[in-house]
Amino acid sequence: MIWLTWRQFRSQAAVVFGVLAAIAVVLAVTGPHLVHLYDACKVTHSCNQGSFTHTDNRLQIGLQTLLVVAPALIGIFWGAPLIAREFETGTFRLGWTQSVTRRRWLAVKLGVVGLVSVAVAGLLSLMVTWWSSPIDTANADRFGNAMFGLRDITPMGYAAFAFALGVTTGVLMRRTLPAMASTLVVFVAARLAESVWVRPYLMPPLRHAMAVTGANGIGFSLTPTGLQVIANPPNIPNGWAISSDIVNNAGQAPSAAFFKSACPSIANGIPGPGGGAASLRVKAPGGQPPQAFQDCVAKVAAKYHEVVTYQPASRFWAFQGIETAIFVVLALLLAGLCFWWVRHRLA
Amino acid sequence: MSAVIDAAGLGKRYGRKWALTECTLEIPSGHVVGLVGPNGAGKSTLLNLAVGLLSPTAGTINVLGEEPASSPEQLGRVGFVAQDTPTFSALSVADHLRLGAHLNPTWDHTVAEARIDQLGLDPNQKAGKLSGGQQAQLALTLAVAKRPQLLILDEPVASLDPLARREFLQILMETVAEDAVSVVLSSHLVADLERVCDYLIVLVASRVQLAGPVEELLAQHHRLIGERRDPATLPSNQEVIESSHTERQSTILIRTTDPILDPAWTVEEVGLEDLVLAYMGQAASLARQARPTLGLLT
Repeated sequence: MIWLTWRQFRSQAAVVFGVLAAIAVVLAVTGPHLVHLYDACKVTHSCNQGSFTHTDNRLQIGLQTLLVVAPALIGIFWGAPLIAREFETGTFRLGWTQSVTRRRWLAVKLGVVGLVSVAVAGLLSLMVTWWSSPIDTANADRFGNAMFGLRDITPMGYAAFAFALGVTTGVLMRRTLPAMASTLVVFVAARLAESVWVRPYLMPPLRHAMAVTGANGIGFSLTPTGLQVIANPPNIPNGWAISSDIVNNAGQAPSAAFFKSACPSIANGIPGPGGGAASLRVKAPGGQPPQAFQDCVAKVAAKYHEVVTYQPASRFWAFQGIETAIFVVLALLLAGLCFWWVRHRLA
Repeated sequence: MSAVIDAAGLGKRYGRKWALTECTLEIPSGHVVGLVGPNGAGKSTLLNLAVGLLSPTAGTINVLGEEPASSPEQLGRVGFVAQDTPTFSALSVADHLRLGAHLNPTWDHTVAEARIDQLGLDPNQKAGKLSGGQQAQLALTLAVAKRPQLLILDEPVASLDPLARREFLQILMETVAEDAVSVVLSSHLVADLERVCDYLIVLVASRVQLAGPVEELLAQHHRLIGERRDPATLPSNQEVIESSHTERQSTILIRTTDPILDPAWTVEEVGLEDLVLAYMGQAASLARQARPTLGLLT
């Protein structure tokens, strides 16, 4: 069964490994130059995105795009047709009537193609992680959206999940094209939902209380319910700020009444360029903010403090591990569903 | 003589629709069995149940004494050529033989290669580029080379042209003669089966209407032609299968194991095709009669 699975799959696998090899050559040629640039800017502690050339940054965006879509492509082109195509062409009747049980037939198909899928995502991620490390060190944003899911081990979890999802939709629908389409939709939805609603809370965030200084940028926004104060969280190198709130000791945000008495000119609305009320947002260390604004910040700072919740940089690997595990477990559950369905529902 | 296929109260439902209901039959070993019936009689469902591609909704089926597809060994003892004889279009003929060898411990590579040779197939040809007849032959080769005790073919020639049909059945017969394997072959065309089968089962609307060795069936059925007469007046040992009447003459198809003594009849032998059609017609007219009766009862 391994022979047949590999025979059916090998030309596609060869193409993909060829592409990976080509990428590896490009990265091996350009990688050392990034290290060199980083070493140069490190001396003056001035490393940031701009320390690297335009081409480097463009190449990085290209690589990250590839790594974002790779699991989806695996699910669509390797997962969805794996079983669905057998149903469309009727060849499952040939496979299921050889001296091989259906369970083994499915196990080998899932195992061989699934492992190759995970290996492809892992290799691609390894190359991107290695190549990008000077840029990543300079950016110091390992939890960032363009980084966390596109480095180290998480892409393997996504690939395993996408593949299992593709196979499952193929098994349920028995038609390749609808299975491919639904794989894409469900995969994108699952990735987005997880990153927005699950990932920030994989571990309870740490809390940090600090004085309101406006150093990281502070602003006021006029809403239908009154004035609101918004503070940017501080920059935590390689950490992940989840929320930043300005509250008093009782945990309450400044009330409308407070603003009316403390900052009457702002609370009553400042005419914006269009004549309507403008929301003010002034970022430090930008241009000098108006006096009324500074007075208001000072009055807020006297009675309130800023509470920041965040995931520290030290949790990076724990998060990578949990995130990957979540998607691997989902993949295993889907695989289990495939076994059950093939055994009980497709008969 | 044990049964190669033994079904009791077998039923298969898709959603709300029953494709096969209350099917009870026993197919003895050592025969080339023709399973014939109109489209929708449940032939394909029955054979798919027999190879374990489907599992029954009701009743039981045993093949070679075991539940179909219950183990690799059981799967190895049954060769199957599915309807439309599917093959992997991207794989070559030689690849198909290799897959057969990898997937079947009982695979006989000499037999497989000899057959491909005899058929004049190019081993490097992709299966997708073969003609329908050649694909059917390739599928048959896969089923035969695993050295099964029972070979099941589900309408293998339905999509073939008459010449390819004849060739396929011819080669099937040669193979079967060499291996002494039991064969079950379905078709909705009696002509296909007449040439190869020595045992016949007529399946109409899930029910076995007729089953037995072809020679015995032919010997027991007679067409009586004579003066017009009510079929009900025939002796009790003569079962009326079909009767038609003109103003003066009756033609009655009967089944009997006893000699026909009444000198008023001209007795004719019946061909297999007429026989099958008579049983199918009988089942159809019974079904037609059943409906109004039910309507009155309810």
